[in-house]
Amino acid sequence: MIFKLSEEQELLKKTVRDFAESEVAPKAAEMDENEEYDWSLWDQMAEMGLTGIPFPEEYGGAGMDNLSYAIAVEELSRVCASTGVLVSAHTSLGSWPIYHFGTEEQKQKFLVPLAEGEKIGALGLTEPSAGSDAGSVKLTAVADGDEYVLNGTKIFITNGGRADIYVVIASTDKSKGHRGTAAFIVEKDTPGFTFGKKEHKMGIRASYTYELVFENCRVPKENMLGGDGKGFKVALATLDGGRIGIAAQALGIAQGAFDQALAYSKIREQFGKPISANQGLQWMLADMATRIDAARLLVYRAAYLKDEGQPYGKESAMAKLYASECAMWVTTKAVQIFGGYGYTREYPVERMMRDAKITEIYEGTSEVQRIVIAANLLK
Amino acid sequence: MKIVVCLKQTFDTEAKITINPDGKINDQGVSLIMNPYDEFAVEEALRLQEKNGGEVTVVSVGGAKAQDALRQALAMGADKAVLVTAELAAMDEYSTATILAKAIAGLEYDLIIGGFRAVDDGSAQVAGRVAEILGLPVVNVVTKLEVADGKALATREIEGGSEVVEVPLPAVITAQKGLNEPRYPSMKGIMKAKKKPMEKKDPAGLGLDAAAVAARVCALEYFLPAPRAAGKIIPGEPAEATAALVRALREEARII
Repeated sequence: MIFKLSEEQELLKKTVRDFAESEVAPKAAEMDENEEYDWSLWDQMAEMGLTGIPFPEEYGGAGMDNLSYAIAVEELSRVCASTGVLVSAHTSLGSWPIYHFGTEEQKQKFLVPLAEGEKIGALGLTEPSAGSDAGSVKLTAVADGDEYVLNGTKIFITNGGRADIYVVIASTDKSKGHRGTAAFIVEKDTPGFTFGKKEHKMGIRASYTYELVFENCRVPKENMLGGDGKGFKVALATLDGGRIGIAAQALGIAQGAFDQALAYSKIREQFGKPISANQGLQWMLADMATRIDAARLLVYRAAYLKDEGQPYGKESAMAKLYASECAMWVTTKAVQIFGGYGYTREYPVERMMRDAKITEIYEGTSEVQRIVIAANLLK
Repeated sequence: MKIVVCLKQTFDTEAKITINPDGKINDQGVSLIMNPYDEFAVEEALRLQEKNGGEVTVVSVGGAKAQDALRQALAMGADKAVLVTAELAAMDEYSTATILAKAIAGLEYDLIIGGFRAVDDGSAQVAGRVAEILGLPVVNVVTKLEVADGKALATREIEGGSEVVEVPLPAVITAQKGLNEPRYPSMKGIMKAKKKPMEKKDPAGLGLDAAAVAARVCALEYFLPAPRAAGKIIPGEPAEATAALVRALREEARII
């Protein structure tokens, strides 16, 4: 095994870190406070090619691998988890299914502007009664002439409201259960497609989470993605890859909180010495660093397997499970190291702790990850 | 228009500097970056190229790791790189400038740009020495640059103001903060950088023998600045405290 990034991956890591620290970090606290994203950052990321990292150049992407993509999400999340999930949901959930399941026409029409960052992507899967149970979606799509008519609602949609292109999972034949589902590409401003309420969240507050409402929304038949009956398959395959993005986000949050806590422990003095001189605190730092490193190896392995064209469903679930629980644990310790200051909004660690929690929930809770892992072990 | 950019890899500006028991600066595990002033130089070269066409070549004298800084310049958009690795026991500004000038002499150029100083040793000598060796005019600490009709119009910082200087090309220009805002390498740029030519040379290959590049200046000792003493808080009513502060500034600090 070779535990070494390539020259390109090293340069990407350095470049994204520079960008994140210089451009994103100064805005992170304010964006969180106001629940508003500064979209000039998106324009900068599009300019740099961070909006289509793992897609081939012919489709507007950077032609890099999935490991590079994971590293970029990690570095962005290290300073701002909302920016991390913006890129992750756009890339893994909104763009990847079109890249993987789309026809050449669909790729030219939708993937190219997504990868170039001219448009933003999102996935519409979750419903009030269908989250990880992707087969029980109630949103219906009924064929009518050259179109499908969509009716129903989606909730908790990351990048909702702001995204231009949505991959929406619908039921085309309720009697067939998950075999009666299909994915559709729906553009913002399609008549009958509106946004419901915006969620006000504990963390990733600069990420937009909306309800999508479809009322007799007519979508052209050529916007069906992956074929009729394949909606469930599109959803599950997308989530397998999406988990790498969320695992990378969790890893970045953990690293960011650790870097803050380590630096603080060296300058904060109590009883005439830096608090890092206390062994109790040193052990905390050692455990934090060790868990982060383990999480990183799991995340990078999952991305590597995907790049190698090998199965990665189990490994991406392991990475997502471990990295998200690591992020929650590490950020809690980081707040502890900062003491009373850590509990205030003067320092970023309380934001990181709030941001970490969602990584244990979305794109499959920790419990669902364990189900996925066990199902792979027992099959 | 052919532009050569001289760049140096330096310690990260946030690196913690320590000194080894042998008295040398410890470079183990220190993260390295492209000298920030050289980033302005690369950016300016790329902007001139985008406007006027031509080619940008980045040149560095340094260890094998300096390749990373050159690769970053290629990822930003430079066309090719030349790395001269000089594993000499001691180098000074004379050695570096002699090697750089020799490497550049073998290239075609209309303009040579570099940072006005490096953030590590801060000597601000190398670009000027290169100009001298190549017999070219040099304009230092430039904050604005226009190139047309075989001439460069450069605005440079001077004490208390600015000066606009016109020089015929080829010329050497050194960049100051404010010249531009360097771009981040794009992801496509990073992918392309690996395929761009990186020529590797050493002083002997350039026809320079050891004596020709031996350092003329020898650093006798390195030491860290004394740690800053704790500040002093003068208590009391504002009027009394101010009087005590003025007394301390006059009698203890002796700065007024």
